[in-house]
Amino acid sequence: MGERIVLVGGRVVDGAQDRRADVVLHDGRIVEVADTVTVAPGDDVVDVTGCVVAPGFVDLHTHLREPGKEEAETIETGSRAAAKGGYTAVVAMPNTDPAQDSVAVVDFVREQGRRAGLVEVVPSGCITVGRHGKALAPLAELAAAGVRIFTDDGNGVQDEMLMRRAMEYGRGLGITLAQHCEVSTLTAGAVMNECKCCTSLGLPGWPAIAEELMVFRDIELSRLTGARIHLLHLSTARSVELVRAAKRDGLPVTAEVTPHHLSLDETRLATFDSVYKVNPPLRSPADIAALREGVRDGTIDAIATDHAPHPRRDKELSLDQAPPGMIGVETALGVALAVLDVDLGHLVRIMSVNPARIAGIDERHGRPVTAGSPANLVVFDPQATWQVSPDELASKSRNTPFVGMNLRGRVRHTIFEGRFTVRDGEALR
Amino acid sequence: MSAMRHLLGIGELGHDGLVRLLALTDHMVEVNSRPVPKVPALRGRTVVSLFYEDSTRTRLSFETAAKRLSADTMSFSVSTSSVNKGESLRDTIETITDMGVDAFVVRHKSSGVPWQIRQWTNAAIVNAGDGWHEHPTQALVDCYTVREALQRDRFDGLTLTIVGDVKHSRVARSNIAAFAMLGAKVVLVAPPTLLPPDIGHWPVEVAHRLDDVIGRTDVLYMLRLQSERMTQGHVPNLREYATYFGLDAGRVARLPEGAVIMHPGPMNRGVEMLVDPTALPNSLIHRQVANGVAVRMAVLYDLLVGESSSASLGEVA
Repeated sequence: MGERIVLVGGRVVDGAQDRRADVVLHDGRIVEVADTVTVAPGDDVVDVTGCVVAPGFVDLHTHLREPGKEEAETIETGSRAAAKGGYTAVVAMPNTDPAQDSVAVVDFVREQGRRAGLVEVVPSGCITVGRHGKALAPLAELAAAGVRIFTDDGNGVQDEMLMRRAMEYGRGLGITLAQHCEVSTLTAGAVMNECKCCTSLGLPGWPAIAEELMVFRDIELSRLTGARIHLLHLSTARSVELVRAAKRDGLPVTAEVTPHHLSLDETRLATFDSVYKVNPPLRSPADIAALREGVRDGTIDAIATDHAPHPRRDKELSLDQAPPGMIGVETALGVALAVLDVDLGHLVRIMSVNPARIAGIDERHGRPVTAGSPANLVVFDPQATWQVSPDELASKSRNTPFVGMNLRGRVRHTIFEGRFTVRDGEALR
Repeated sequence: MSAMRHLLGIGELGHDGLVRLLALTDHMVEVNSRPVPKVPALRGRTVVSLFYEDSTRTRLSFETAAKRLSADTMSFSVSTSSVNKGESLRDTIETITDMGVDAFVVRHKSSGVPWQIRQWTNAAIVNAGDGWHEHPTQALVDCYTVREALQRDRFDGLTLTIVGDVKHSRVARSNIAAFAMLGAKVVLVAPPTLLPPDIGHWPVEVAHRLDDVIGRTDVLYMLRLQSERMTQGHVPNLREYATYFGLDAGRVARLPEGAVIMHPGPMNRGVEMLVDPTALPNSLIHRQVANGVAVRMAVLYDLLVGESSSASLGEVA
């Protein structure tokens, strides 16, 4: 057995408790949490005074780009970026090439994650073959291969009948269907939010209703079928209202928002900088306020990054051609703490506990920081302020919109399966 | 007043810049009236037309303007370039900049491209039309043409009525800004499907029937209706559009005395233009084309020479 890791002087926050305690890790597990612990010779003792010790973050929405677009990111570089952001698990989005619609591809993604060994890479599966929205992917085979969450992310499933069938079929498998809510006929060619700003900039608009119609449709299909659904990257005030009402009705509906939709508004596009092109688009200040309120009151279950790396040359195209998306796993905590008015317990719930449950990995992640839990932990300084410098990012891509923004809360250490993946802010492998 | 660094949009040009360029255009009109309409002002300077979207008159107009100022011109169009091989905007701009270029004249179907590329070159950039966004030299041409026809520097008390597809029109956006700056009242006439969403903050009045406003119009500006708007459901069919928004003889007759008719071209005869505009005494359409060269000379001169040497408008030695 290897040496013990002893985290001394930290504040343990896991959504159920918030107290000062030392934490001892050994052989991949938490073995002791106490006011003070006895240090033994050979222990790796780490002073974490002033820092929060929490279950490692879980990202429900990471584009790792492998296989198919390794120029933008690989499973290894994306895992390293995630570890630096405090994550111990990420759900890999299925819009790879080939798409994650077969057991072979899903197994490959998981195995590449294991080889990198920096976070648990949790493959999502496609709802439809090739994400084309025409025929159901082999949901049962994929579920048998361990896939718990399915999505065509990048595309919404447009066909109502097919979505109903997916929900009915999926209910029998105990899986969660995650929807990218976008009625595509309403968003053809869209570059930014439909608003007075887009009117003056002459940029094609992406109206809020294109999201809200599908949010409404899927909530109602969930009501009809009993299927468990998760709504990805919600961006509008009305979407939050619809989810709030669905939860009031007791429906099995969960929802996420991204750090960028909580922090940046549509006026960013006035710079015509393609780094701000993202799907769904940056919305109005009123939408941002509603999303923050949704997070605060629990309507929104999780912060998810929609980390979407793109190589420089792709983002240096005109706005109509540049692909949408921003990177985000390394800045999520810093943005969340900078803009959200929530206590640290709630922050840990929306960054770790809830997403682990939604992803179906809550046996290993988002666990209470108590003896017996797997040693998947993040240690962060909630008061540290910092600015991102693109050259220091571990991601292979540089398309971050947060340059120049004052971020609050910085990851010091990340521990995955009992070993440091990040120590003193540096990735160890 | 200082010369410009770039000409990107009417808003950035501002009222004073607009007035300065209109006055400078007078000089260029005079140059163009000479037996040899060519001056050495831009000798040794290189102007590149970078057209990612088809254009006939704007491109020829810029190239003629550059040549009359004795600039060397280079031309780049998407069909003959490496852009089709996925070259980024940045690589294209940097490569051409490396050849030694003083100004880029840029046309692109995507809004914002002239703003995007200015970070990658030290050359001056002239926006020759970006997406639905801005077409500042067209607005300068149109202001100059009205100023010339009506013999007035300010447009206070004038009503400019823009008819048609405002939503997808960079000409409309630039003209709304420019004419409003000079004091005109701007009225937009279109079915709501051809108006942008959320225009409450624009300095305009909106009408949905041409017949409601034609009797109080001083400048009637007809926009081109592209036939693809029909397949996208913006209008049910072209006949219906022509019936309610086309300029026919009856509507010409209802224009007030002294009103003028404009169109940025190319015209869709039988759609927005149901009369032969060349037969109308109050059409300014030919003046718009003619003034296009002088205006673009003024723009290139202002960007590349500025205040330093008005003597360079003397004749070619």
